[in-house]
Amino acid sequence: MKAITQAPIEAQGHQPLMAFSLEKIQFLDTDGNWLCERPSFASDQWLVQAYKHMVLNRVFDSKAIALQRTGQMGTYPSSLGQEAFGTAIGMALQKDDVFVPYYRDHGAHLLRGHKMSDLLLYWGGDERGSASGPQQDFPICVPIATQITHAAGAAAALKIKGQDQIALVTIGDGGTSKGDFFESLNVAGAWQLPLVVVVNNNQYAISVPREIQCGAPTLAQKAIGAGIHGVQVDGNDVVAVYQAILEARQRAHLHKGATLIEAMTYRLGDHTTADDASRYRSNEEVKQAWLNEPIKRLQTALHQLNLWSAEQEQAWQQQCGEQVDQAVQTYLNIKPDSAESMFDYLYQDWPEVMNEQLDLLADKLARQQHK
Amino acid sequence: MSQHHQQPVPVTQECTLLEAVNLALHYEMHHDESVVVLGEDVGTNGGVFRATSGLKETFGFKRVMDTPLAEALIAGLSVGMASQGLKPVAEIQFMGFIFPAFEHLFCHAGRMRNRTRGRMTCPMVLRAPYGGGIHAPEHHSESTEALIAHTPGIRVVIPSSPARAYGLLLAAIRDPDPVVFLEPKRIYRGTKLNILNDGQALPLDTCFTLRTGTDVTLISWGACIADTLEAADALSEKGISAEVIDVATIKPLDIRTMIVSVASTGRCVIVHEAARSFAVGAEIAAQISEKCFLNLLAPVQRVTGFDTHMPYFKNEQYYLPNSKDIVAAVDRCFKEA
Repeated sequence: MKAITQAPIEAQGHQPLMAFSLEKIQFLDTDGNWLCERPSFASDQWLVQAYKHMVLNRVFDSKAIALQRTGQMGTYPSSLGQEAFGTAIGMALQKDDVFVPYYRDHGAHLLRGHKMSDLLLYWGGDERGSASGPQQDFPICVPIATQITHAAGAAAALKIKGQDQIALVTIGDGGTSKGDFFESLNVAGAWQLPLVVVVNNNQYAISVPREIQCGAPTLAQKAIGAGIHGVQVDGNDVVAVYQAILEARQRAHLHKGATLIEAMTYRLGDHTTADDASRYRSNEEVKQAWLNEPIKRLQTALHQLNLWSAEQEQAWQQQCGEQVDQAVQTYLNIKPDSAESMFDYLYQDWPEVMNEQLDLLADKLARQQHK
Repeated sequence: MSQHHQQPVPVTQECTLLEAVNLALHYEMHHDESVVVLGEDVGTNGGVFRATSGLKETFGFKRVMDTPLAEALIAGLSVGMASQGLKPVAEIQFMGFIFPAFEHLFCHAGRMRNRTRGRMTCPMVLRAPYGGGIHAPEHHSESTEALIAHTPGIRVVIPSSPARAYGLLLAAIRDPDPVVFLEPKRIYRGTKLNILNDGQALPLDTCFTLRTGTDVTLISWGACIADTLEAADALSEKGISAEVIDVATIKPLDIRTMIVSVASTGRCVIVHEAARSFAVGAEIAAQISEKCFLNLLAPVQRVTGFDTHMPYFKNEQYYLPNSKDIVAAVDRCFKEA
């Protein structure tokens, strides 16, 4: 290596231009203690509703994994440990908002009115699983970060049509590395879109940990470069995530544009049922993360407020189990769609030139029946 | 959405292909308030070719949006808008820059209706000037229609005259499914022809037989139609009667019209600017061999670009098919018969 012969350059001529700061929202600590006053929306009833849904989400999740493990469903991305994230989103969204999900939003989907059996149907490899849910909501999005540009388009449509709703999109921490993420935040700032971007920062993009994904200390600060509001929340605190979305909605209504919310969570399970997280993280790390998980913390808070008892817990667990089992039965009773159904809904009007391909399929089916 | 624009009275106007695009956009934005236009420089500047000229002044910035310089975003925004009841007509400034948008075409626009079993649809149009012949810089002259035509659920439409640009663009905007509308910029400002601005769309998924003939079928689209018609004239002087078919909708392909023609002439030459292998011409040739092999009097011939990169413009005339190449291909049909 050549020795540096030049004198180091001293910083000169600088003057302050701008300073940025970021805030974090948290209400409940990991032991279920209130760090500040309970916000007015978080009534007794609200807290119990949130808790019950988080439990349902977890029961659904473990059943879905069991279905995959026993060969009754396809690859499934668990939302274990991220129940506060999905529940807060589902509860904060209004009926006519546009929800643009990624693929780990089972908790939110259930609150949006998706049938549990349809979620299983989707992960069970059947397009009909994407047919339910509110008309304006997007189907589950697998290509990472692409959904955020659609959400920006949906938000632009709301603005063009003069409607008051918001478009809310979810994305993982890995997704924030992609161009679509930056392009969408950028246009949301330039056009002051009623867009809420909620990052489920669960610390891993399959095997790649957050600190390798990005050199910035927070993902929330990506908002600054786009000229939109950014905030970090404790994603295991359902009250905090909900509060952040309420503020974002108000910002959108006041025509002050978009918000990026970085929700700090931890993916307690594998990336999907096809993944083995023990290859890239230690048991000790996961054990520590369990101390932070969202359900226990809210349960403790409910106990302290005398809103939840062991009997209620037992009864609710049983009820969730029954509800999920019923959905599983519905799912398992749905016969696979016809082979020809792959040709359905390709275009609104069937292109006659494709008749030939239907004939090819019919021949193939005939051969399979006579083997 | 309560603006009411004065509706234009249908008049006949002399138009280039480019002006016909502009006319169709004006017409449809007047008549359908859900139509919005977005893209790079489409607003105040009216597009780098001026295809969107005057739209922002007439319909306002809410419906004519200058986007940030980001092609994936332009396509993604269009998917989002289309899903929420708008009809976005997005411009990609040159087809050479369409690739970031491709993920949204393949993974979302083309499959939205199918994967949601009809719950959500994607009636968007992505316009892009394409092809060589205008001495443009690197990356501004490609013809990659086959890449898009390979995408399920998408229509690919290419006009070859002012009238077809007007009628097919109207049809594309009114189509309930996503359409990629490729405008051959070599003939953007060529011939001026009369167009009746009456909002009449032309049919999609249909070839146009531009000239009837008995000895050979010439199949082409886009800017090469001009060369093909020129070749047909030259052939006629040699006593060869050529039928000329403009494919117009590349996907889905109206193969029937082509088969009927080739079955009667017994000879077929396919002409396109795009690289030779794995191109739309290869698909047409394959279907002709499947469906009317026994009617062929000679092997199907192709006149195409090469499997090279589009050369810089000093040499683009060696890459682009011309009428002499087409006549030579027809001559081969007769020699090999």
